[in-house]
Amino acid sequence: MTTYEEFIQQNEDRDGIRFTWNVWPSSRLEAARLVVPLGCLYQPLKERPDLPPIQYDPVLCTRNACRAILNPLCQVDYRAKLWVCNFCFQRNPFPPQYAGITEQHQPAELIPMFSTLEYTITRAQCLPPIFLLVVDTCVDEEELGALKDSLQMSLSLLPPNALIGLITFGKMVQVHELGSEGCSKSYVFRGTKDLTSKQIQDMLGIGKFASPQQAPQQQGPPQARGPGGQPLPPANRFLQPVHKCDMSLTDLLGELQRDPWPVAQGKRPLRSTGVALSIAVGLLECAYPNTGARVMLFVGGPCSQGPGQVVNDDLRQPIRSHHDIHKDNAKYMKKAIKHYEALANRAAANGHAVDIYSCALDQTGLLEMKQCCNATGGHMVMGDSFNSSLFKQTFQRVFARDQKGEFKMAFNGTLEVKASRELKISGAIGPCVSLGTKGPSVSDTEIGLGGSCQWKFCTFNPNTSVALFFEVVNQHAAPIPQGGRGCVQFITQYQHSSGQRRVRVTTVARNWADATANLHHISAGFDQEAAAVLMARTVVFRAETDDGPDVLRWVDRMLIRLCQKFGEYNKDDPNSFRLAENFSLYPQFMYHLRRSQFLQVFNNSPDETSFYRHMLMREDLTQSLIMIQPILYSYSFNGPPEPVLLDTSSIQPDRILLMDTFFQILIFHGETIAQWRQLRYQEMPEYENFRQLLQAPVDDAQEILQTRFPMPRYIDTEQGGSQARFLLSKVNPSQTHNSMYAYGTEGGAPVLTDDVSLQVFMEHLKKLAVSSTA
Amino acid sequence: MNSQYMPQQPPQYGASPGSGFGPSQGGYAPQGPNKPAPNQSGFQQPPQMTGLQRGGPPPGLVRGNLPPSGSNISHSVPNGPSHGSPNVQGPHMQGMPIQSALANPGFGPANYHSPGGSPMGHPGSPSQPPPSGPPPMQPHPGSGPGAPPSPSPNQMTAQMAGMNIGGPPRVPTSNSGLPNVPNKAGMTPPASSPPNNYPGAINGGPPPAQGPPAERLPGKQYVNGSMGPPPISGGGPMPPHMAPHGGPPHGMGPSPHFGGPPQPGGMPSLSQGGMPPPPGGMMPPQNNLPPHPGGMPPPRGGMPPQGGMPPQGGMPPQGGMPPQGGMPPQGGMPPQGGMPPQGAMPPPGGMPSHGSMPPPPGTMGGMPPHGGPLQGNMPPPGRMPYPQPGVPPPVDTYQGSMSGPPSGPYGSQQNMGSAQVQGHNYSQPPQSHPSMQSQQARRLDPDQMPSPIQVMQDDQRNRSGIFYTNQKGQVPPLVTTNFVTQDQGNAGPHYIRSTMYNIPATIDMMKQTAVPFGLVLSPLARTADEEYPPPIVDMGELGPVRCIRCKAYMCPFMQFIDGGRRFHCLFCKATTEVPAEYFQHLDHTGQRVDRFERPELTFGTYEFVATKDYCRNNTFPKPPALIFLIDVSYNNIKSGMVHLLCKEMKEILKLLPNDAGAKQSVMRVGFITYNNTVHFYNIKGCLAQPQMMVVGDVQDMFMPLLEGFLCDPSESEAVIDSLMEQIPAMFADTRETETVLAPAIQAGLEALKASECAGKLLVFHSSLPIAEAPGKLKNRDERKLLATEKEKTVLAPQVNTYNNLGQDCVGAGCSVDLFVFNNSYIDIATIGQVCRLTGGEIFKYTYFQADLDGDRLIADIKNNISRPIAFDSIMRVRTSTGVRATDFYGHFFMSNTTDMELASIDCDKAVAVEIKHDDKLTEEDGVYVQVALLYTSCGGQRRLRVLNLSFKTCSQMADLYRSCDLDSIVNFFSKQVVFRLLESSPKQVKDSLVNRCAQMLACYRKNCASPSSAGQLILPECMKLLPLYVNCILKSDAVSGGSDMTIDDRSFVMQAVSIMDLPSSVVYFYPRLIPLHDIDVDSSDIPAPIRCTADKIRDEGVYLLENGVHMFLWIGLNVGMDWVQNVFGVHSAAQIDIDRTALPELDNPLSQRITSLVSTVRQQRHRSMRLTLVRQRDKLEMVFKHFLVEDRGFDGSASYVDFLCHMHKEIRNLLS
Repeated sequence: MTTYEEFIQQNEDRDGIRFTWNVWPSSRLEAARLVVPLGCLYQPLKERPDLPPIQYDPVLCTRNACRAILNPLCQVDYRAKLWVCNFCFQRNPFPPQYAGITEQHQPAELIPMFSTLEYTITRAQCLPPIFLLVVDTCVDEEELGALKDSLQMSLSLLPPNALIGLITFGKMVQVHELGSEGCSKSYVFRGTKDLTSKQIQDMLGIGKFASPQQAPQQQGPPQARGPGGQPLPPANRFLQPVHKCDMSLTDLLGELQRDPWPVAQGKRPLRSTGVALSIAVGLLECAYPNTGARVMLFVGGPCSQGPGQVVNDDLRQPIRSHHDIHKDNAKYMKKAIKHYEALANRAAANGHAVDIYSCALDQTGLLEMKQCCNATGGHMVMGDSFNSSLFKQTFQRVFARDQKGEFKMAFNGTLEVKASRELKISGAIGPCVSLGTKGPSVSDTEIGLGGSCQWKFCTFNPNTSVALFFEVVNQHAAPIPQGGRGCVQFITQYQHSSGQRRVRVTTVARNWADATANLHHISAGFDQEAAAVLMARTVVFRAETDDGPDVLRWVDRMLIRLCQKFGEYNKDDPNSFRLAENFSLYPQFMYHLRRSQFLQVFNNSPDETSFYRHMLMREDLTQSLIMIQPILYSYSFNGPPEPVLLDTSSIQPDRILLMDTFFQILIFHGETIAQWRQLRYQEMPEYENFRQLLQAPVDDAQEILQTRFPMPRYIDTEQGGSQARFLLSKVNPSQTHNSMYAYGTEGGAPVLTDDVSLQVFMEHLKKLAVSSTA
Repeated sequence: MNSQYMPQQPPQYGASPGSGFGPSQGGYAPQGPNKPAPNQSGFQQPPQMTGLQRGGPPPGLVRGNLPPSGSNISHSVPNGPSHGSPNVQGPHMQGMPIQSALANPGFGPANYHSPGGSPMGHPGSPSQPPPSGPPPMQPHPGSGPGAPPSPSPNQMTAQMAGMNIGGPPRVPTSNSGLPNVPNKAGMTPPASSPPNNYPGAINGGPPPAQGPPAERLPGKQYVNGSMGPPPISGGGPMPPHMAPHGGPPHGMGPSPHFGGPPQPGGMPSLSQGGMPPPPGGMMPPQNNLPPHPGGMPPPRGGMPPQGGMPPQGGMPPQGGMPPQGGMPPQGGMPPQGGMPPQGAMPPPGGMPSHGSMPPPPGTMGGMPPHGGPLQGNMPPPGRMPYPQPGVPPPVDTYQGSMSGPPSGPYGSQQNMGSAQVQGHNYSQPPQSHPSMQSQQARRLDPDQMPSPIQVMQDDQRNRSGIFYTNQKGQVPPLVTTNFVTQDQGNAGPHYIRSTMYNIPATIDMMKQTAVPFGLVLSPLARTADEEYPPPIVDMGELGPVRCIRCKAYMCPFMQFIDGGRRFHCLFCKATTEVPAEYFQHLDHTGQRVDRFERPELTFGTYEFVATKDYCRNNTFPKPPALIFLIDVSYNNIKSGMVHLLCKEMKEILKLLPNDAGAKQSVMRVGFITYNNTVHFYNIKGCLAQPQMMVVGDVQDMFMPLLEGFLCDPSESEAVIDSLMEQIPAMFADTRETETVLAPAIQAGLEALKASECAGKLLVFHSSLPIAEAPGKLKNRDERKLLATEKEKTVLAPQVNTYNNLGQDCVGAGCSVDLFVFNNSYIDIATIGQVCRLTGGEIFKYTYFQADLDGDRLIADIKNNISRPIAFDSIMRVRTSTGVRATDFYGHFFMSNTTDMELASIDCDKAVAVEIKHDDKLTEEDGVYVQVALLYTSCGGQRRLRVLNLSFKTCSQMADLYRSCDLDSIVNFFSKQVVFRLLESSPKQVKDSLVNRCAQMLACYRKNCASPSSAGQLILPECMKLLPLYVNCILKSDAVSGGSDMTIDDRSFVMQAVSIMDLPSSVVYFYPRLIPLHDIDVDSSDIPAPIRCTADKIRDEGVYLLENGVHMFLWIGLNVGMDWVQNVFGVHSAAQIDIDRTALPELDNPLSQRITSLVSTVRQQRHRSMRLTLVRQRDKLEMVFKHFLVEDRGFDGSASYVDFLCHMHKEIRNLLS
């Protein structure tokens, strides 16, 4: 048999799923003793170009409480044309159209290789995606110009039938009517007044129509309506198909002016982000409830008035820092968070996503607004300037398309999880909201967003992953018979970017094992990478609510307990401590996690913290691992590029390092290389090889830059350069100003830090793990 | 005016009192009166004194006539009674003849004597003759005259016109006699009445006079000059006329009895009167009841028109009158004598004075027959009483019968008038009874009562030219007079007028006389072409030099002392150091050497350039802005208003005002449209297309944009053009009918605030704001409440949103003008508060249709924005010690007790300020007033306009009464009354006005005009029209508008009155009635207006009536075919399309003349009036007649004659 590594890889490729444990403990108690919870990281939309297009509806288990979907794991009686649900064991007849199936002639959903399958629901309506641009005009001319360019460019990236709308805001909020000729129209709202959804609708003149239930039907494909036909949907004026308003919107954007209200010396511009977002949400809520849509919010500074205000307009008062928050000195924060959370929940309830593109040198209030993105799956992008390639490229990449030319984004998705009786679902951590759907398989114990077996993903893309946590319900006294398998089925319904309604089903099964007797079976099935990511998500999720030290302590305790459980050692003998290979990297991940920006707020603004955590919560396993433990490559004349330890020792004068922290791509030139470069050897023909050496990491970096979303910050620095700090803050400080004199300096560059190095960390870990008193 | 002069220069007048009058009279009778005047007091008294003998008797004559016609009259006996008035007509007729002879000329004087008197006169004249009047007359004259003379002298001096109203006596009789009595009285009265008439001609007379007045119509006819014919007809024709007139016959009937022969002349006249018939009718009942009834109705029917003719007939009387006629012609005096008849008053007074009076009597003699008739008339009055008791019904019946014939109606109306008179008599009776029992209801000849037309003409004649303001206490010419002010130290009357120019020295005297001391201020009034605009003084950093204590501004009243180092303030008596920069040496007279170089030391009106201290936030203002707020809801779209406005906007914007000397206006404009949301427009010049910004948050309005909302119209021309194309297109399909208003105004306010400038909002609104928003209003259209004690509930605002909004607006220097295009109730009482508080006004276009009313609207808008205007202003009135401005009426807001805050004030608006005494004044000092208006000019310059005016003080009441400005008093009273209507019950308000009026006149009578018989009504010269005008105020829509008008109309006129400047109020309360049928095509002048009474209207005439708010073109059914063809392009009056609002432009001189006349008239008013065509006997005629203010109103309001009698009664009450 193949190794677990291969098995895991295969599973990930096929189903986009990674379990922390690939053999499941058969009782609740044993599960609890595993320290790392039973869970998985699932990519609902993992790219599967090889999937066959299934144009019919899935077959459901007829038991009302179950409604699981026919899958390859089901037992099928071909003669009786019956299938047995593998979750509730209900015997279900096949529907009439399956009359012709035989063992040789199986439908795709019964073929084992299609444990993940995607159905296209053809009878559902096709709805074009909706994009509502919410643009901050309180930025300087250059910024605004760049932003306008990007927005105008984006029009060409949108499908012609996509609906688009525009809201601009500064001191006031303007909702622009599109497609009006001769006179551009907009509806203006005061930026200081919190309006209810109904008020907004009334003021926009769209509230009189249709209750939310009727509205979706009314909308129809708007382009299908014509003058003289039925009344156009009320919001039609604000959301128009791109092909209709392309020109006028381009002009509108072209004429967009900076917010004209004067900003006094020493003041911030008055920016009404909170109200603007509220209006955007209100508009969509009324016009297109339960339809895929994204609000794209572009902010160039903090909201400084009205609801959602994060700072006042007096420049003497800086925006809150972690320190302020810690001291409970951030007077606007809680109120603002409440405001944005409420908006996020409203948006999520209607399947609308909120993207935030924040470009400013200072913070813009992402901390307060984060829930808008986190709950709805919207993007959060943090940059310095709209005029930077970081923003431009990133924004462009939002509209990336797959090989079929379709957007790599899905809308208004719902993930439902079904599990065997032995399992219950504790919760999910990811860019989603719990739908609060109770069911027999919902656990009372919550981890992350629990209390439900369904979660809403207002928008998600192939990279999006969600961590799901399970609970084994079997009591120790009544273990599951050996050889049995537990099943989990993930049903993701979503609106494809083409407008189609699709359902993707993934069904997986794992063996049960009795941990008391066969712990080695279970430990062998440990996926340390998945575990690291899941633990990271759990920790970060806790960190959002808990205080820093507690969280760190929890991380440490969990690590120690895991080592105690699965390490091989003699009591009280640290040197005897050994970990199995599939556990060996886990402590290192935890070490870097502890040092990471996810848990350490020092030197980070609250906004940055929010942004980093946001990304960790949604990216797939590989990317998440990069975030936790950056990758370091070394380039030298000595050979091809090689990955090296994230350690000070890797910093050598004759090397070029390429570090990928996910958020940054950093090229670091060793001291010697830097000198050479400064002397411009690379321009001399005889040093062509040097030029190539310099170019190699740049090319590699470009490759990464081209694919990653959001685009990382690209840093080119050298030994002693100011930006080298990014590297130095990440590497394991095996050499510090404390230790350098002891070891000499030839091995690398010392780092000025009091942090413990990985070696020290490990030593302490061993000590604690083997301690009988711990 | 003359009177005013008179007092000052009695000798001269004495020398040629006539001259004094003469001018006014026009050389006619005036002279006569004048002469009398001299005789009597040497003054005008005689002329003033006009014994008003009721025409009652004449009617008798008429009756004589009537008989013949009687047959015709057969119709309604009932009519007969009411017709009693017809009898009156008789008198009128007589009056007419007299007038005809002397008449026209005589009228002038008569008028002088006393409007009331005039009727008297008429009757008198007629009556005198008929009654055998001569004798009685004489006796009376003797007594009356005797008294009159003396009084007359007094009056003369006082320039009063004494009115003897025979009425009172009659009244008594009538009252006592009631119908029967009256009849009897009528019968008997002749004898007695005549005397009464003569003596106290004024007494009972008036009422009868009224009767006569109606008849006088004929008189008017005289004027027509058709006089001649009438006589003809009179003789033989009479009957025929009568027949046609119907009325006349009646009159004839009676008349025959009396003085048939003389009557013949009279007869015709009577017949002419058309009116006569009614009187005749009256008579008939008495004498020839049968005939009358029958005849009466018919006459009316056809007669009326003829009635017009009859006047002509009246002429005949002249014929008959010849003697009279001869008389007038003979000597100015005789005419006077004739005049006397005219002003029955004059006869008494005038007669004596004239000495030539005898002649008049002689003429009278001719008249006697008339006199007889008069007496006869008297009886009719007597009947009138009957009618009164039962009158209403008879009247009605008359009307009913009348209704048929157009002229008939007149007759009926006239009858009515007479009846009313009688009514007065009734009321008076008790009082008058004692004295004038014998005289039964007599009629005053309206023509003999003081005539505003005559007064204006006289003043125009005497006082046009240059008015120098170099002396204190000078009474300026009448408002209606064309004159040029030469500013020599006092502000010109265009800017400031006072109700009085000699200020009583004591509070007690103020109380006694009851004459208000009020100022009517139009600080931004237009300057006449020949006048210089107020000079602008720029004192640089120093700013205006002011008194250290009272802060009065440097003015010619400041006295420099101490070698020019200090100045003494005449207002507060403080002494202030002269700033070094301002120092100047004094010359040998103690005047500054540079005083002729400094406007503030020379002129009464000038401006200072203000320094920063006078500006908001101590920064110089930005140029003001103009914001158009356009309601784009369904109604305005449908009516075409939005379309039209947008189409014309380009032209409109070219008219923005600029400061003198500036090349182009620096004012900026902005646009807002609204329905249930508010839309702002960005019209920045650099935009390719306008941007519309919708604010739906009507609960909490705000300004959504900063730049680009207010723009220079030339810089943003293209964008504005584009916007004006877009607005109608964008809302073309709107179905929105629920609109907001307060939020829209708030929006404009916020826009101005945001732009930190003052300005004006022009709001084009269509309907009651019922959308859910601040300022939402309920429909409370309960017009039943109008003219009741509860009317306040609909005339006061229903919510205070608009008041608060108005105050906010004032605070920001934001003025609001409302253009209202309502098809239903819109609650102007409430929404108009914004205009009231911000110095704005309302323009109302009910049932607006762009194609019909568009021109008016555009003209109004153009006028509105182009006229001189001041923004963000504060006005303060400073007075010298002893008096103090206490009450303020007009459109502004006051946050304290002294400063009027006017977000804007323009040339068409006036505020009235009442000044009260704090203390006794010293006679030497005089009273000084300085009005300072701090404002932002349309060019954005902060300025102060200072108006200075000085008054004399007086301790003699006569001085006071000599220096009153009646136009100002009327304006002041009207504003005060309108203001008080919202505080007290209408009855209280009106009664108090009447009482005050009576007190003013009684005080005069008591203190300045004695001795004279109690029965004589003696009016001060300068206030002789007071009863008329007060009656006009009381009858005006603004004060008495009842359920026949909408609440909005009522509120609208109330607001209009409260901002009216003098030229507007004069014409508003006494509309201008211009005959057009005999217009001189070659001239370009406006034909002389005629009196506002149906008596003056002829079937074959065409008249233009306008009061600044309404304009009617009345077309008689018998108007000449040529005329109709030329002007309307149709063959007869019946074919004219009455619904059109403009005259067709035809290519002939007459059409062009008429069209240009209409437009000229419109241009004289600041609101472009809708032209309403009224064809005789069409429904609309009622409306037209409503504005014939000398007549009795359909709502029962008093006619001029009625009121005069009533006033006389009140005065007598006060005196007794």
